[in-house]
Amino acid sequence: MNPAILNFIEIFMNGLMAGIMYSLVALGFVLIFKASGIFNFAQGVMALFAALTLVGFMTGQVPFAHLINAIFGTEVHTWGAGMPALLAILLTMVVMIALAWLIERYVLKHLVNQEPIILFMATIGLAYFLEGFGDLMWGSDVKTLDVGLPSGGSFWWEDVTREWAAAGSQYYGMYIDLLDVSATIIAIVLVTALTLFSQYTATGRALRAVADDHQAAMSVGISLRRIWVIVWSISGFVALVAGIMWGSKSGVQFSLSLIALKALPVLILGGFTSIPGAIIGGLIIGVGEKLAEAYVGPLVGGAIENWFAYVVALAFLLVRPQGLFGDKIIERI
Amino acid sequence: MKFKSLLLAASMVAVTGVSPALADLVFPSLSYRTGPFAPNGIPFADGYADYLTLLNERDGGIGGVKIANPECETGYNTEKGVECYESTKGIGSGALIYQPLSTGITYQLIPKVTADGIPLHSMAYGRTSAMNGKVFEWVFNYPANYWDGATIAVQHAKDMSGGDLNGKTIALLYHNSAYGKEPIRTLEEKAKMEGFNLTLIPVDSPGQEQKSQWLQIRRERPDFVLFWGWGVMNAVAVQEAANIRFPMDHFIGIWWSGAEQDVLPAGDGANGYKSLNFTYVGKDKPVFADIEKYVVGAGKAAGDGSNVGTVQYNRGMYAAMLATEAARKAQELSGKADITAADMRNGMEALVVDDARLEALGMPNFGPTVEVSCANHGGTGAALVQQWDASAKAWKAVTDFMPADRELVTKLAMEDSEAFAKENNITPRECN
Repeated sequence: MNPAILNFIEIFMNGLMAGIMYSLVALGFVLIFKASGIFNFAQGVMALFAALTLVGFMTGQVPFAHLINAIFGTEVHTWGAGMPALLAILLTMVVMIALAWLIERYVLKHLVNQEPIILFMATIGLAYFLEGFGDLMWGSDVKTLDVGLPSGGSFWWEDVTREWAAAGSQYYGMYIDLLDVSATIIAIVLVTALTLFSQYTATGRALRAVADDHQAAMSVGISLRRIWVIVWSISGFVALVAGIMWGSKSGVQFSLSLIALKALPVLILGGFTSIPGAIIGGLIIGVGEKLAEAYVGPLVGGAIENWFAYVVALAFLLVRPQGLFGDKIIERI
Repeated sequence: MKFKSLLLAASMVAVTGVSPALADLVFPSLSYRTGPFAPNGIPFADGYADYLTLLNERDGGIGGVKIANPECETGYNTEKGVECYESTKGIGSGALIYQPLSTGITYQLIPKVTADGIPLHSMAYGRTSAMNGKVFEWVFNYPANYWDGATIAVQHAKDMSGGDLNGKTIALLYHNSAYGKEPIRTLEEKAKMEGFNLTLIPVDSPGQEQKSQWLQIRRERPDFVLFWGWGVMNAVAVQEAANIRFPMDHFIGIWWSGAEQDVLPAGDGANGYKSLNFTYVGKDKPVFADIEKYVVGAGKAAGDGSNVGTVQYNRGMYAAMLATEAARKAQELSGKADITAADMRNGMEALVVDDARLEALGMPNFGPTVEVSCANHGGTGAALVQQWDASAKAWKAVTDFMPADRELVTKLAMEDSEAFAKENNITPRECN
């Protein structure tokens, strides 16, 4: 096979993998928007906070150590021992559930029936608060995150694909990042679990009912507040998964909250209310931006993938304003 | 009137935390301890503050005058940086120097400090052509600038290639901003001089996703990758380089891409990565014993002491040392202890920090020799190459301080600064 074709396939595949990483972030937005109509500006910060908490548990870091030391003049930093990744993930999940409860109790409860823009503003405030709180709790240094996921290029895939090139051509084999492969598998499991949960459990059905119509759901005895706690908890779990995947790449640092920016074009394209939309949207954005960077970038100076993703999303918006899979909004006048 | 004074005093306390006495030497710190760039900003600010505290505690300040270090949080945000400048420049008897650790803030402050007559020291960042003191009277960028860095990195690549780069390919992976684009012009000139091919690979900010760029590097297999990154972009690039198994000793970052937090997330994969540096890394120097005794041990450190000896901490210390040495020189030249910002600039233009002076300060070989003049605000232009040892989790210097190609850099800086002077109707001053 011609190496140029193999290069195209390589870029395409890596685009798909990158798209999965964007979808992981977009999923959290979709879950909350679907159940409550809130565009959660704090989703990126939630991923950061979850990753910080996970590393804190894994390394045995004492929360608020700087504050404690400053007030009491002590020198405490760690408990002396960390904990296995799995246990730390479970404990982090408990923290994210507690966070969901607190958000419902102290933010959302007081804003029921408010305009969506008010709820959106509240999540902006939440984002700033959570970022500062995470800093105070775990410090702002860059933390290494290793939960045991494989990473780096796959030798096996390189060897296999090297054979595909025409004899005599200088081809090094295709590159595929094992961390991206892990993310893909995790995303498939996550989406399957979320789908099964929403289809086959009573709570899942209640979630869908709330998503369809808040007032109708409440009229049949579904507690909106309980549903919000559940949905924010699930979204916290998705944020944790996204935080793990992105944090494993770059270390856990405060710029992790900026991954939300990668999810926006995915949401515009896939629709704010569709889980499959988040996945398909991510894949399209991932492939689109990688191909554009490789084939259009050199013609216009490069570094185009960030804005190109928005161009793709806006192009779709012209055809389908509600996104690829979003619900069509019909309002009676 | 009284109420206004009270308000002014209160706002000063709010910015600084402490109200400096009128006679203090005021060295404001436009720091960033929050936000995405805090991992770099915190150790730098700590090193800066701790060195000033050391002088206050051990020596009683400079020439018998205490130093005040009012801090203002910029969050690495240019607008906030300008606000911080405005709110701190009048503190006490007036700010003597600004070292904002941000190219964006530096660019915004250049016209302001020029109008206000306060020296701005953008230590190895900011506008490279500010090295021309005839045009940029109040701006300094010693000990080295980005163009120096570019020529030093190329020289190192040349040394690794047996003294010949002809026919080789060097890729520049850079932050797609004014900062990242700084070395391009110099590298284009070096490519012509040395006969290598230059490939430019930009990465959009913040640089969390670099798959496209590293697939390109993997396909094109350049002999060397030079790297101009900052923040999360650094850690991601090192990780991606390790992932594609790029030979890490052929991957050379500028000094802002070579701190511990840039390499630690990649684990063993980062082993062998190189970066330039203009300061010593570690704490095996006499000055650190004093830092421990008078600052950290005495509970007067800006941080918890865990950053001492790291790249950014030492860089903060070095920036403070260069500022205090200039203040010392200014006192000597003016014959008075309470110097003004104008005196400070005179001190900076007469600054000489050679090996003997560094030895006397308990900082032997901490940085290159610095020699500044009215015409040359860029110092001598030298940096070393350091390499990451992943098993020891430490940077090791692999070269001595190497000189830059100052003939080329000065030529380019003169062209650029003269164009700036023309655009802004500045008549370059005479320097004797």
